[in-house]
Amino acid sequence: MKRYEIVIVGGGSAGIAAAIAAYNNGCKDILLLEKDAELGGILLQCIHNGFGLHRFGEELAGPAYAEKWKDMLKDTSVDVRLNTTVIHLYNDKTLTYVNPTEGYVTIQAKAIVLALGCRERSRGAIGTPGYRPSGVWTAGTAQKYLNMQGYMVGRRVFILGSGDIGLIMARRMVLEGAEVLGVAEIMPYSNGLPRNMKQCLDDFDIPLYLSHTVTDIRGRDRLNGITVSRVDDSLQPIAGTEMDFNVDTLLMSVGLIPDTALLTEAGITLHPKTKGAVVDEHMMTDIPGIFSCGNGLHVHDLVDFVSMEGEEAGLAAARYVSGELKRSKRYAVSAGEGVNYVLPSYISPASMEDGLDIKLRVKNNARDVRLVLRQGDKPIKEIKKLRVAPSEMEKVKVTRKELADISGDMILSVEE
Amino acid sequence: MIDMADTLNKTFTCIVCPRGCEVTATMDGEGNIQKIEGNFCPRGAEYVRNELTHPMRQLTSTVIIHGGIYDRLPVILSSEIPKDKMMDVMRALDGIEVSAPIRRGDVIIHDVCGLGVDVVASRSM
Amino acid sequence: MYDIIIIGAGIIGSFIAHDLSKRKCDVLVIDKEADIANGASMANSAIVHAGYDPKPGTLKAKLNVRGNRMYPGICKELGEPYVRKSAFVVATDDSESRILDKLKAQAEDREIEYRDISGEEARALEPNLSENVIRALEFPTTGIIYPWNIAIALMEEAVLNGVRLKLSEKVEKIDCLSQEKTGVSSSDGPAYLVTTDKGSYESRYVINAAGVNADTIYGMALGHEPDYNITPRRGEYYVLDEMREPVVSRVIYPVPGPAGKGVLVVPTIHNNILLGPNSLPVDDKDANCNTADALSYVKESVKKTVDNIPFDKVIRCFAGLRPSGDRGDFVIEESKTLKGFVNVACIDSPGLASAPAIAEYVVDEVMKDAFAYDKKAEYVHRKPIICMNALTDDEKNRLIKENPDYGEIVCRCCIVSKGEIIDAIRRPAGATTVKGVKKRVGPGLGRCQGGFCEPLVVDILAKELGIDKTEVRYDSKDSVMLMGMTKTVNKKEAVRS
Repeated sequence: MKRYEIVIVGGGSAGIAAAIAAYNNGCKDILLLEKDAELGGILLQCIHNGFGLHRFGEELAGPAYAEKWKDMLKDTSVDVRLNTTVIHLYNDKTLTYVNPTEGYVTIQAKAIVLALGCRERSRGAIGTPGYRPSGVWTAGTAQKYLNMQGYMVGRRVFILGSGDIGLIMARRMVLEGAEVLGVAEIMPYSNGLPRNMKQCLDDFDIPLYLSHTVTDIRGRDRLNGITVSRVDDSLQPIAGTEMDFNVDTLLMSVGLIPDTALLTEAGITLHPKTKGAVVDEHMMTDIPGIFSCGNGLHVHDLVDFVSMEGEEAGLAAARYVSGELKRSKRYAVSAGEGVNYVLPSYISPASMEDGLDIKLRVKNNARDVRLVLRQGDKPIKEIKKLRVAPSEMEKVKVTRKELADISGDMILSVEE
Repeated sequence: MIDMADTLNKTFTCIVCPRGCEVTATMDGEGNIQKIEGNFCPRGAEYVRNELTHPMRQLTSTVIIHGGIYDRLPVILSSEIPKDKMMDVMRALDGIEVSAPIRRGDVIIHDVCGLGVDVVASRSM
Repeated sequence: MYDIIIIGAGIIGSFIAHDLSKRKCDVLVIDKEADIANGASMANSAIVHAGYDPKPGTLKAKLNVRGNRMYPGICKELGEPYVRKSAFVVATDDSESRILDKLKAQAEDREIEYRDISGEEARALEPNLSENVIRALEFPTTGIIYPWNIAIALMEEAVLNGVRLKLSEKVEKIDCLSQEKTGVSSSDGPAYLVTTDKGSYESRYVINAAGVNADTIYGMALGHEPDYNITPRRGEYYVLDEMREPVVSRVIYPVPGPAGKGVLVVPTIHNNILLGPNSLPVDDKDANCNTADALSYVKESVKKTVDNIPFDKVIRCFAGLRPSGDRGDFVIEESKTLKGFVNVACIDSPGLASAPAIAEYVVDEVMKDAFAYDKKAEYVHRKPIICMNALTDDEKNRLIKENPDYGEIVCRCCIVSKGEIIDAIRRPAGATTVKGVKKRVGPGLGRCQGGFCEPLVVDILAKELGIDKTEVRYDSKDSVMLMGMTKTVNKKEAVRS
């Protein structure tokens, strides 16, 4: 069995960044496995601009952002296998991959970084009633057809869910000549970035129906109509509020879910909220030496942060391989009032990098609040926020010094 | 002091970056900007000034490519264009065909629609 | 002229076609759908019931018991999976327990293996069984299958052995050609003329296996109302994602009621879980849509028997229409007025479990004398399906060396290679649609529901069928997917001018 120091699974933004960071931190024996024919992941179909502001200080289109990272990877000796799908992952850090030239190959690594990305929640998963005709796609699938292959998936389009991909696709479909009749969002607030509400919907006079959802899908063959209804506070459709739309296409932008099939096989513990792995401050899962990062760990709004998280995981993997990542007393961090989840789930103050971002998502939109990290009643760190929203990941940076006196588990909450 | 009776407030969601600041412009009776607030950076103020007079937008799309790994090459503009010219540029892109290899930044259409802006490849292929 | 025309390419039509393909007769199968097994055979609980619950003396009782015994051998012969999964029928109170007594007596009578166990014993075996369960009957001979794949396998073999299959053809008219309108062919001439939207076909016999539409088809031949009526009963289901440790390892039935077997929790061959069905009579024979009410009914109902169902693992909902008749039993008989016209109708539950026995009953009992064609001396079995997941790594690598397509993974939820998809398209009675590929080899059945693999499948279909991607269909000819290309308006205008 061939052995590697570090194997990275997934060649999207997180995986490429992890490979480069691991390489730059002293590990020269790295294998990067990518299922598609080229590196870059989902960025390759995200042809809109807005990527790289944090990382490169400029706004790039998705493929350009990916290309910059791929260029950086070219300066390393990281071994890249394309068209390669990882089939099995085991808790002894062996894994089996397959590609058309080598067939099925089982290898072992000292450290494995999982950068698996996420999948889109489908119509079936949310149980939208009605028929099951063609013409109902997830927004990302339609985006691939449109942006990479040049195919129009429809002419009269409605979009369910105000996730960013849905908003971006609304604009793309209009620009390419389709009519977008509206976007329905079951929550009373939008799930997309404010800029996308403005430049993708408002600019094109596309109505947004907040607190609405699709309650019927019609058409035995191709979709020929949908019903949209208002929902009450418990998100149940209200009778008498039905609106019919004569459309041939329904795009679903109703959430992203980390891809975790491999983690389940290895027995890695999953987080009930993020649906990705439970990790410590080094992005390490509960199997020592297996790391997770990017949208395969928890879903991000900005690719820049995906890359940064990949870099953190790559650095940690390199340190793990060189024996620098010592285990020390660790404390749990959990979500308190108003917080949906925090990541990491555990922190070891003695062995953490100095300046650790605790990432979180809030439960509700709010203004003028504080994000407060406490151990028991004792505040450790707090930051003021003018505005928080569930659709935007927040970060609370803590230093080693701030956590030096910790003696118990911590809770991060939204406070007035 | 601005006489509040004669002023008009307009609020914009800034699209310059993902932060999405809500920026408010205060104008006098003639529409002259008196005050801009809520922006995190100077680009937000500039955005609002443009939005009030001549809104500008970036535009990304694709063109047909032959001999590439995919059938479409993603393209972007070298800088923003007036918002009301977006569909003109889309029409100009229709029917354009290029052949691989293309380098990122290669000009696909020079001075598109006479706007003084180039359409460039956003990736190599 | 054909000897026999079978209307309907569902599991029943496929079993009958397969049986007849072993004999020296010319058989044509016609179905309005774009694929084999697209109706009730596609959307059901996928269970081979043990046969303890149909009413004594019915065809359902007789054929279910026989079918259950036939399936393991048939599946082995076809190379399709059959898993003897076992089942619990659970009682939650004394009145339900009395129903178990009745089922137990019927099982005794029919020599069906069973065990009568307490709630505690049942929970020891199925830890997620609800505390409400006070007693369970276990039926170890309960099996699970992929019904549509069995129908496809049967039809593939039938086609290999000379049966003609015409899909996407809707029967519009059936003329009785004999003078007395009795259907008896004078001398050797045809008795029936079956006209579809694409052509006309003559035959001596017609077998009506048209599922929910069987009464309509029979009515066409009769020229008046038939002596049975079908009111579809819609059943809706949830599908849960494949799990390492599914919530149950056996099929869990509540006690049967007047509307049927009740809402079940069913492990599938690939470790998914099906939850459902409800049972609601509907007027429209095409109304296989999901409804919010039925889905929430299913959700509530399964909670009565099983705890800890992970509803966050739902990946799909679907609905199927059972062809339920008004006689309370299967209708499998030669028409009393049209000789040579055989109804195989009202095949609702346990139709799937009974299917091989139904075909046998039609060919060897009901039409024994008429179908006394000689057996063919040589019978060709279909080429075994290559299922990469079932091979050892060495075997896989040998294959990939021969054909690298077997090393290119298209569907990562179910781990399906390009080679397997191409094989499913190239086979006799092969896939011609995205849904056809999904049914045969799996891409689209998994948790991404086609999100990642569908564009790849469309690509492969277009190449294999030699058509443009805009011509690839999800299922029927009207189930258009891609609606044209971008950036080609000017080009088209330039060409035109």
